[in-house]
Amino acid sequence: MIRFENVSVTYDRAAEPAVAGVDFEVPEGELALLAGPSGVGKSTVLGAVGGLVPHFTGGTLRGRVTVAGRDTRTHKPRDLADVVGSVGQDPLAHFVTDTVEEELAYGMESLGLPPEVMRRRVEETLDLLGLAGLRGRPLATLSGGQRQRVAIGSVLTPHPRVLVLDEPTSALDPAAAEEVLAVLQRLVHDLGTTVLMAEHRLERVVQYADRVVLLPAPGAAPVLGAPAEVMALSPVCPPVVELGRLAGWSPLPLTVRDARRRAGPLRGRLAGLEPPARPAPRAALPAPPPVAPPRRRLRGRSAAPAAAPSPYAAEVRGLAVRRGRVQALRHVDLAVSPGETVALMGRNGAGKSTLLSALIGLVEPAAGTVRAGDAVPHRTAPRDLLRRVGLVPQEPRDLLYADTVAAECEAADRDAEAAPGTCRALLGELLPGVADDTHPRDLSEGQRLTLALSVVLAARPPLLLLDEPTRGLDYAAKARLSGILRGLAAEGHAIVLATHDVELAAELADRVVLLAEGEVIADGPAADVVTASPSFAPQVAKVLAPQTWLTVAQVRQALA
Amino acid sequence: MRPADPPGTRAGSAHPDPGTGTGRPGRGPGSTHPHPRSSATRPGPGARTAHPHPGSGSGAALPRPGSGAVHPGAWWLWALALGTAATRTTNPLLLGLLVAVSAYVVTARRPHAPWARSYGAFVKLALAVLVIRLLFTTVLGSPIPGTHVLVTLPEVPLPDWAQGIRLGGRVTAEGLVFALYDALRLAALLICVGAANALANPSRLLKSLPGALYETGVAVVVALTFAPNLIADVQRLRAARRLRGRPDRGVRGLLQVGLPVLEGALERSVALAAAMDARGYGRTARVPAAVRRTTAALTLGGLLGVCAGTYGLLTAEGGTYGVPVLLAGVAAALAGLRLGGRRSPRTRYRPDRWGPRAWLVAASGAVVAAVLAVAAVRDPAALYPGVVPLTAPALPLWPAAAVLLGLLPAFVTPAPERPSAAQPAEEPS
Repeated sequence: MIRFENVSVTYDRAAEPAVAGVDFEVPEGELALLAGPSGVGKSTVLGAVGGLVPHFTGGTLRGRVTVAGRDTRTHKPRDLADVVGSVGQDPLAHFVTDTVEEELAYGMESLGLPPEVMRRRVEETLDLLGLAGLRGRPLATLSGGQRQRVAIGSVLTPHPRVLVLDEPTSALDPAAAEEVLAVLQRLVHDLGTTVLMAEHRLERVVQYADRVVLLPAPGAAPVLGAPAEVMALSPVCPPVVELGRLAGWSPLPLTVRDARRRAGPLRGRLAGLEPPARPAPRAALPAPPPVAPPRRRLRGRSAAPAAAPSPYAAEVRGLAVRRGRVQALRHVDLAVSPGETVALMGRNGAGKSTLLSALIGLVEPAAGTVRAGDAVPHRTAPRDLLRRVGLVPQEPRDLLYADTVAAECEAADRDAEAAPGTCRALLGELLPGVADDTHPRDLSEGQRLTLALSVVLAARPPLLLLDEPTRGLDYAAKARLSGILRGLAAEGHAIVLATHDVELAAELADRVVLLAEGEVIADGPAADVVTASPSFAPQVAKVLAPQTWLTVAQVRQALA
Repeated sequence: MRPADPPGTRAGSAHPDPGTGTGRPGRGPGSTHPHPRSSATRPGPGARTAHPHPGSGSGAALPRPGSGAVHPGAWWLWALALGTAATRTTNPLLLGLLVAVSAYVVTARRPHAPWARSYGAFVKLALAVLVIRLLFTTVLGSPIPGTHVLVTLPEVPLPDWAQGIRLGGRVTAEGLVFALYDALRLAALLICVGAANALANPSRLLKSLPGALYETGVAVVVALTFAPNLIADVQRLRAARRLRGRPDRGVRGLLQVGLPVLEGALERSVALAAAMDARGYGRTARVPAAVRRTTAALTLGGLLGVCAGTYGLLTAEGGTYGVPVLLAGVAAALAGLRLGGRRSPRTRYRPDRWGPRAWLVAASGAVVAAVLAVAAVRDPAALYPGVVPLTAPALPLWPAAAVLLGLLPAFVTPAPERPSAAQPAEEPS
């Protein structure tokens, strides 16, 4: 159905081809998973299927890509629209119309389907994706998971024979991701749709794949095969596979169920051992300089009331936040000590980002108090707040303005009034080998995140907030990020991260706080909270239950 | 937990055209779509029960949320008619009444959607127009002879060549009142346009465009959404500036986010274009060469006819041929558009119907405009109250009663549905 014949793509003004020697075929009705570290050209391969590469992106495509017998060289994306449906990483960029129902109909209108067919398919797709209650809703008001489902639905309605998805579950909470995957599964099984998707979170998808196309390194030829075979040599693999490699299981398990059935001996070896405790924070951070007296203003932020020193890096009492007519947070209590790492979890739209925004003063509380160290965030001037709280936003690009990495770092030093070179030194430590004159836009997702993190850390804020930091990161980048964050926590930084990534939370967090509908519904040690619910439990915990091991690293350490 | 239907319970029952490969659109470009009607009743593999879906089989019988939704064109006609009425008078009482009527209908009938908030923006714009007009009158003076001097500003002496321009000087009550009446007229017009925007999403109007113009229409609408997206970007990046510890307010803060905002907006436009292309925007059907040539001839000839006819109407000696040539030109152009629509294979999903309510809405606006137009001719004294001598304007009874007719849509159209409020961004599941 999808056939790549010795394809290589070279973008304009690039010395090296983005992908080379791509030669594979996906037969009709298969679910193929495109895996590989970031920056190996997964999106390029996906774009080539729908004809967007090179018709839209420019560049030169050598070789031949055919979809359902149509050559993308002679067929523009619009001429492939009836056989290929593709959804990119950002569903918002995909939307053409204003409301859910119109969006679902758009593709069919372009193809000229008869009105009664459109009518029926829209209704069926609304049901299929659980969107019936949202049909009239403006797209701008939907949550992330809802948007992703609408985006998938909007390419489903014309009944394409091939579905191309770029990271369909990365932005979704575990439950919403399962929903989306169940829908894909059903399309493959019931309709014989061919699906090609790229996804970094292999733990969510690898068990559904019929075959895996692994791009091991930039410019390297892809490796094809059954998931278990490819995972054995893949540089990226989910925890359950890593555990299998550690325990020497063959063939490698891909699902928790497979692994559990072989885990008896491993559980026996681990019985009596304890997961290693986390080291206590070594040192306290130097206190930030006191809040400068506010300049006299006609209106604006009044002086921050001199607060008594607090033992907590962040303290939230009875916080309520309203956004428009929506009560985003109600009666939230949270205290974070220095050196502690807290993971905020909960479904899309539960209020995680709002809580982070409140901690950095971007939203004003409707009731209750928020304190970050000795400051009240929404009443403190940005310049002073910088040395108390730092937030790495969901889209790290928002933080970066300059055209080179070096200029960005200099600006960060100026903003933070830190010694010149502070930020650059931090960046060198976190991310060796980035040239000074690189444009931040040309960095990979993970590199950009690290740059934003260095920019924020230049001010040495005792409280560090991260919003969804692992979106778009591969396992290697995630492991590096975990190492960095653990080091910061050991130095005494308090870290609060909002994440859907249960594996990251298990790896890093001392405490997990679960939010639902703007309320805290669970707050406790990470091991207790994540193992209490199947959707939030990491794979290792599921395999080794009832023992409370959370990560492969813990197991490795205990066995060593 | 998310209480979603477990997939198993729906398997094979809710999927679009379960198990029928024939239900797919076009196997190749230009192939006709095999009508999959029958497939809805044919159970797919693994189907345990007959499909319980409400939409299956019945074409267009499902009630739409707000099923009586009025054709957007009707709202635009109504609002533009009120705007036209506003241009026929400077009586502040009538203008105020017009604004009040439109505001009432907007509050009662605007949908709960982001674009409905544009009404506020238009009201602010109208107020700005008022203020600017009054300021200009104060500073530059007014040609209206007045005797009630309110204040005398120091006058800036200007050289000879700037005769007729005055800076400063006497500010008379008459001049200000005249300016106020005049500005009120423009403000009322703006508010009426805002009402149209709030009541009917401009992009819904697209659905009513002839097929040949559709793609141009989309381009226009995409261009129109550029500004709101830009504003959202500015807000996001200003928040990000705060994270960098830079002041997030003031002009400098705004200027420094300018470049990233523009970059982001351009990137989004490219992404949108790619998404639209990938979803079949701009597909063309093959039409015979003869049809294409006829289309071109009709459209060009029609436009020439319109030009010639208009010229004829405007010149003194062309009074005889002007109207027929104009009409013939319009007819030819319309025929060309209609024929050109064949090139576009687009169909429309649930096109808006022009029903009795739409007639009522449009007619109520038209009556207001017509009555005010007639009254402006018959009774100019009431509709254009004089300012010299300064008198309080009177409310002419009949025109005012006619304006109240504009309230009709608030009673004959269905109320917008309330969104399930108090839900956080997540769905009500």
